[in-house]
Order: sequence, then C-alpha cells, then structure tokens
Amino acid sequence: MMRALLLSAAALIAAPVAAQDVAITNARLVIGDGSAPIEGGTVVVRGGKVVAAGAGVAVPAGIERVDAGGHWVTPGIVAAFSRVGLVEVDAVQGSNDRSARRSRFSAGIDIAPALNPMGSPVAVNRAAGVTRAIVAPGDSSGLFAGQGAVVDLGDDNDMVTRPRALQFIEFGEGGSSNAGGSRAATFLMFREQLLAARSYARNPATLAEWGSDALIQRADADALVRVINGTTPLFVRVDRAADILNVLKLKGEFPALKLVLVGATEGWLVARDIAAAKVPVLVSPLSDLPASFERLGATQSNAGRLEAAGVDVSVGVFDDDDAHKMGYTTQYAGNLVALTKLPGASGLNWDQAFAAITSAPARAVGMDGTIGSLRAGRVGDVVIWDNDPLELGSRPTAVWIDGKRQSLVTRQDRLRDRYATPQEGALPKAYDR
Amino acid sequence: MIRGVKGSLLAAVSLAFAGCAASGTSAQSAGDKPAASAEKPVKFNKDPYPSTYHAYAGRPTAVRGVTIFDGEGGRIDNGVALFADGKVVSIGGPDTAIPAGYDVVDGTGKYLTPGVIDIHSHLGVYPSPSVDAHSDGNEATSPTTPEVWAEHSVWPQDPGFSRALANGGVTSLQILPGSANLIGGRSVVLKNVPARTVQGMKFPGAPYGMKMACGENPKRVYGSKGRMPSTRMGNFAVDRATWAKAAAYKKKLDEGKPVDRDLAMETLAGVLSGEILVQNHCYRADEMAQVIDMSHEFGYKVSAFHHAVEAYKIADVLAKEGICAAIWADWWGFKMEAYDSVPENIALVYKAGACTIVHSDDENQIQRLNQEAAKGLAAGRRMGMQISDEQAWTWLSYNPAKALGIADKTGSLKPGKMADVVLWNGNPFSVYTRPEKVWIDGALMFDATDPKRRPVSDFELGQPGEGDVK
Repeated sequence: MMRALLLSAAALIAAPVAAQDVAITNARLVIGDGSAPIEGGTVVVRGGKVVAAGAGVAVPAGIERVDAGGHWVTPGIVAAFSRVGLVEVDAVQGSNDRSARRSRFSAGIDIAPALNPMGSPVAVNRAAGVTRAIVAPGDSSGLFAGQGAVVDLGDDNDMVTRPRALQFIEFGEGGSSNAGGSRAATFLMFREQLLAARSYARNPATLAEWGSDALIQRADADALVRVINGTTPLFVRVDRAADILNVLKLKGEFPALKLVLVGATEGWLVARDIAAAKVPVLVSPLSDLPASFERLGATQSNAGRLEAAGVDVSVGVFDDDDAHKMGYTTQYAGNLVALTKLPGASGLNWDQAFAAITSAPARAVGMDGTIGSLRAGRVGDVVIWDNDPLELGSRPTAVWIDGKRQSLVTRQDRLRDRYATPQEGALPKAYDR
Repeated sequence: MIRGVKGSLLAAVSLAFAGCAASGTSAQSAGDKPAASAEKPVKFNKDPYPSTYHAYAGRPTAVRGVTIFDGEGGRIDNGVALFADGKVVSIGGPDTAIPAGYDVVDGTGKYLTPGVIDIHSHLGVYPSPSVDAHSDGNEATSPTTPEVWAEHSVWPQDPGFSRALANGGVTSLQILPGSANLIGGRSVVLKNVPARTVQGMKFPGAPYGMKMACGENPKRVYGSKGRMPSTRMGNFAVDRATWAKAAAYKKKLDEGKPVDRDLAMETLAGVLSGEILVQNHCYRADEMAQVIDMSHEFGYKVSAFHHAVEAYKIADVLAKEGICAAIWADWWGFKMEAYDSVPENIALVYKAGACTIVHSDDENQIQRLNQEAAKGLAAGRRMGMQISDEQAWTWLSYNPAKALGIADKTGSLKPGKMADVVLWNGNPFSVYTRPEKVWIDGALMFDATDPKRRPVSDFELGQPGEGDVK
C-alpha cells in the first residue's frame, strides 16, 4: 500500500518528463527560421526539447516514432500579440481580465495570475496550431498597462512560460487619452515616470518622501526599473509615422530600453529609421483602412516594405479579436504571400511569412533561444498539418507542446457532433454526448 | 468588427457592442415618434430618393481558358465567358465562339465568378476613419426606429468601398443600420461603384430591407437607460406591440381609409405587404425559433437571419421555413450569444438544405469573404461532407442576391444578368489568390495591373499612401 502510494507520487512528478520524447519522421519539415522546407525531414524531441531537426537525422532507439506521411511539420505558431488566457467571453465582464481601468496600479500589474489555461479559447487556439503566445494586458488606469507574459497553450494547469516578459504601453491616440489628452502629455508622463523609477532604484526612500505626490506606486516603480535597465522589453503600441519616430528617440535618454513596436501601421513610411534603430515590429498585417487619423497610410504592404528595409517583422492578429481567433495568424501570413503576386504590392515569401509567425515573435520578446523554431534546444512544440499551414482551412492533425502530445478536441467539436443532425432523436439533445 | 473601439487595444468593455455595430450614441431624445402630419389618404411616393446609378462604359469582353463558377453551383473548366452592353451574353466551354469586336482576356490558370455580394455591411454608416462625427449607424434613441433609412447616413467617400472592391471583389452590398434597436430602420442595397451621392450608388430596382435585432444588444442599450426593453421578453413585447400597431395601420391603408402620414408605419406596412424584406440580426437558435413564430403571428417573412451563430442547431427549421442564414466562418466568444459558434456552421446549414450566406459585418472581412467561405468549406469537408467549390460559391453571390431580392438581376452568370464579374488570379478559395479584374455592369472598375483602375476616395486624396495598392 505504502509502496504503491510512493510509486504513484513518483509517477506524478516524473510523468511530464517521461512523456516528452518523440521522433516525427517523413515530414515536409519547416524549421521556422526562414529557411526553406525540407522534404523527408525528421524532428527529434527528447525531454521536451528539440534535439535535432532536418534531413538525415537519426532516430534514437526506443523512442516513439510518428510517421508524418509526407505532411507539413512545423514549429507551433507563436501568437505575436494576444490576450489568450485572459478572456473567456469579451462582453461578460467577470470572465474578462484584459484590462484593469480602476486599479491603483499600472506598470506593476502582472497578468500571470489572471491566466486561465482551462478556458475554452486556449483549447480552440491550440487546435488551430498555436502553441505559444505573447500575452499583453489591455489597459490600466495609468499610462503603462502592466506586464505581460509568454505562455504555452498546453492542456495542463501551468500556462506561464515566462512571467513579466514584457511591459506594455500605448502612445498615439490611445496613449494620449490615458495621459490626459495629448501626445505631448504622454511623452512627458512617460519620461517623468521613468525618472521617478530611476530615482527609486538609486534610493528607495524617495518614493516615501514623495508621498501622495508620487506618480507611481512602489510595485510600478519596481516594474519600470526593469524596463529602464532593459531587463523587460517595452512593447509600444504606436501607429502614426511621426509618433514612431518620437518613440524611437526615447532610446536617446534611456539607452537600455528594449523597444518593440506594436501596430506600426504607418511604419513603412519610416521603415529605414526603424531598421536603423534595430527595433523589432509586430504588425497586424491586413489593416489597410484609415481607421483613424494616425493610420492614414495603412496598407497591407506594410509588412513587406518593412521587411525589405531590413526591419525584423512579426505578424500577429490584433485590432480584431486578440483572445479567440489566434487561428487567423496563419491566414494573415498566407495573405502576405498572396501579395507577392500582386503588381505594386509588397509581401513576404512563404519562408519569411512562416518565420514571421514563429521565430520572429520569439526573437522580439527575447526568447528565440527557447521557442519559435525547431532548431536544437528549443521547446518541443511541433505541429503536423493536413495541408500547407498557411492555406485556408488547413488544420493540425497532431500537436505537441513541450514534447507532450496534446488533445485537439474543443468544446466547439462537441457542439458540432451533437448537432451533426439537428433533429432530436429518441431522447433530447442534452442526452447526446 | 467592433464599432467605436476598433483601432484601440484598450477595447474590452465596448466589446459588448461587437457583432452588428451596436455602438451606443449619446441619447439625444428628439421625441420618440416620427413627425406625423397629413390629412388625407394619399399615395405616398415609395421611392423619393431614387437611384441615379448608371453603368459606366464597358467593352464587349471575352474571358477564355478560365475556370468558371456560375454562382448557382455550376462549373465550367477551360471556359469562355462573354459579356457586352453591361450584361452577361453567355458562358460556355472552350469551343464557345468569340464574336468579332470582343476584347479577349486570357484566363488561363485563373477563375471567373460572379461578384461577391455582402448582405451585411456598415460601410458608409460607420465609415473610416471611425471618428465620432462619422458614427451614423444606430439611431439609438428609441428601440424601434423603422422610420430611419440607412441611405441617409451613408457617406459615399468611405474608403472601405474601394477596399471591398479591389481586395474582395465585392460588386454589391447591403448597408444596414446597426443592431442597437429592435427595429433599426431601412437598409439600402448599393452597387459598389463610387459616386458623389448615395443615390448614385443605389442598386436600381432593389427592394428595401428592414433591419431587426434580437438578443443582447437592444435589451442592453435600452435596459442601461432604464427603458424597455431590458430583457429578452421585453424585446418581444415591444416588437409585438409595434407589429400590432403596424397591422392596424396597414388595414386602414388597405381599406382606403385616411391615415396620418407615419414614416415608421409606412416601413412596417411595407414589410407586412411583402415589399420590404426583413433582415434579422439573431444569434441564438431558440430566439430565431421565436422570431419565426412572431413572423407567423403577424404575417411577415424573415428573409435572412444575420450572425446566425447557432443556425446549425435549427438548420432543418430554417430549411423548412425558407429563411437564409447569413453567417461568419468562425467568429466566436466576443459575447454570450456568440459562445456556441462552431466552424462547421456554414457547412451544416448548407447540408441541411437551407439557404446559406457568408457575410462580413466588418470593413476588413468584407475584403476576403472568399477566404471566410473557404474556411467554412474546409470545415465541412473535414466532417466528410461533399461540397464542391462551385457549390460553395452560391454562399457568396446567388444566395445573398436571393435574400436581397435581386437574384433576377445579379448573383450569377446567367445570360441577360448584370455583368458583375470577378477574374481571380487563382482559385478564390486559396489564401494566395486575389482579384485581378472586377467588372460591374460590364465596366472594368478595378484592374490590379492598371493603377488607373483603382478608385481613390476624396478622403484619401492628398493623404499618405494615396493610390497605394492598400
């Protein structure tokens, strides 16, 4: 009895590791780093990590083998900018932890405790081949929204890959409304809060001395110190070309800032400046309407033009539904490939487009050594697809996260099966499961 | 998708309005009821803002060597399509003779389809840029406003029209009022041809539609103002009281009795007499079933349920009633009534024999309705359904035309119909495909190879990126 208990306890601890070895062979293999697909490729995952991927890779003895049958095998998609895990139903307030507009805190907010790995959006996005996501908070009462995380979409209780992986702030129209009504106020508020954090870092007592005049709380100051010294990347929502240039200049006063631009709708107008500053950009690539006066230059060619200018571009799905429809990531990337055939347009070739939804966002958040490709040492996030993953309607047939085979069944599948024939049978639908 | 908050990552709260543009406007009560003043039974002009649309000049055109989806489920490989004088002349196989004087377009490796028709758009009434001054889609000052007409809000300079044309191959579209109200007002059907005036875009001879909405939006908008309706039962009570009044008004009209002119009642009487088509925003299956009963109670017909996220649960009922379901491929989770969405919805509804339509309700997704249909198609095929590409195209042109009452004029490539035609540079159900040429009434209105055939609205003139590929 005692022995059995001990064994099962040990099994519980060991299980996640033990299950994490697999070799997928006979693949049309995409590494995710921008290289071309490899026919007849193999990827080997041990202990939850990729140990080798490519042509002519030997399969270790005793390891589980999965024959991909010549199908596409890729790293899992990395959602470049999302709220997956923070929202179940947007309009149901209690299930929506995107924003904290009435909080006393701003930069100090850490979304990690709000993430719900068991929420149905996690499963739905996973079934679409998304295995990791960069998750940012939506809004706080202050200028900074707070700290986002890099997460996995695995079918388990721990979602966080890296907590406090980024700090988020909006400049432009969104920022000015948070700062008091103008862009000028945004830049002043930004500078004053960072200077306050810097003083606090040198002498924590200053915060107490400022008392109620303090611009930030202690928790906010702690978070901003990590932004100032470059520990935490600062994701900046900005769209207007002039605003982008002003954001790039922030590195003059705070040289260690690790900036990442989010949106950058008019980025193509200042692409060379962005490239020179070596600042990565996350775009929602199909935004092509002048939705506001800071997006007059919106075009689907933004991503292609930025890439051509040497900017490190990631493709995400935002300004749309950023919690439920991460499956659009592949569709959006595919659209950029379509642009390469369109006279006058700029797009991405297939290999670039796929890298823009895997290794590029991983690099933007400083984790390309860990996630986002099938190069050796990265997490074992692997997807077998039934067709070209960027093509419409393609779906994963198998997904591993950290080397662990995932369930791909969603609540939506259950509803579909229940109503495959809509009429009731011998018993009501409620009995049909 | 999200009116009033698009463009902001701060979204969240206003997401409540997602799906059919129920963005609240500041409630400025200008009196609940429309002006009523008239003495005698008079024949009211039913078309006081008539279409001034005219087809632009086209050349007799033959597209040959092309794969044709005819819009009604037919397909011709290596086909020839002829159109002249704004009308489809014929479509046929490779042996089809091309008359002298026709311009010949080589369609090898390309696809030819009827233009996409979006039955659910708010272009013009919620245009870009989406500034407050442009928020003209919801007369959210009374839960029933059948007296308002969407065409009086449409801004013809909305750049969204040109995007829908160039990127989406959209040749006709219905502009609807939003869904804040139970009865939101009249829709207008447009040809997607730029004009100085809305009248210049109005689809000649298209019947009016009337927007209705059930569910969360009306009860939230008015409940939050402390007004009826604040519940779903309140929604139905207000609807039924309104229909009862309309029935009495129509009875007087039919009997030739004098009535005060009442713009709201004119619209409702038009519905009851079958001249105006009901376009009903409704997500939940149980609610659609109740709306159907209400339509029987008062003797009108629902032309289409829009955003019918749960249509798959009652696909048999919709088929029996002859009501179209206008749906997205995969929108879900933005509000409670969109929680039970399934990617197979489109295919399940189609397979049950109901009229299936893919719609956008969105200034971005209207640019790729072909892609949305492709996703629905793929989901159906994964379930083992046999649905061909050409059958799926009915979701994008013929069925929406039918639900708009214009299927005798457009929506398929039958001889004599409007030559509203898209040449795609590949299979339009591939993500790698875009429109190459779009003809409307036989006139070439977009050509990807000719920057001069790319419309630029007044708003975009002189702005960064003017005339860009977008």
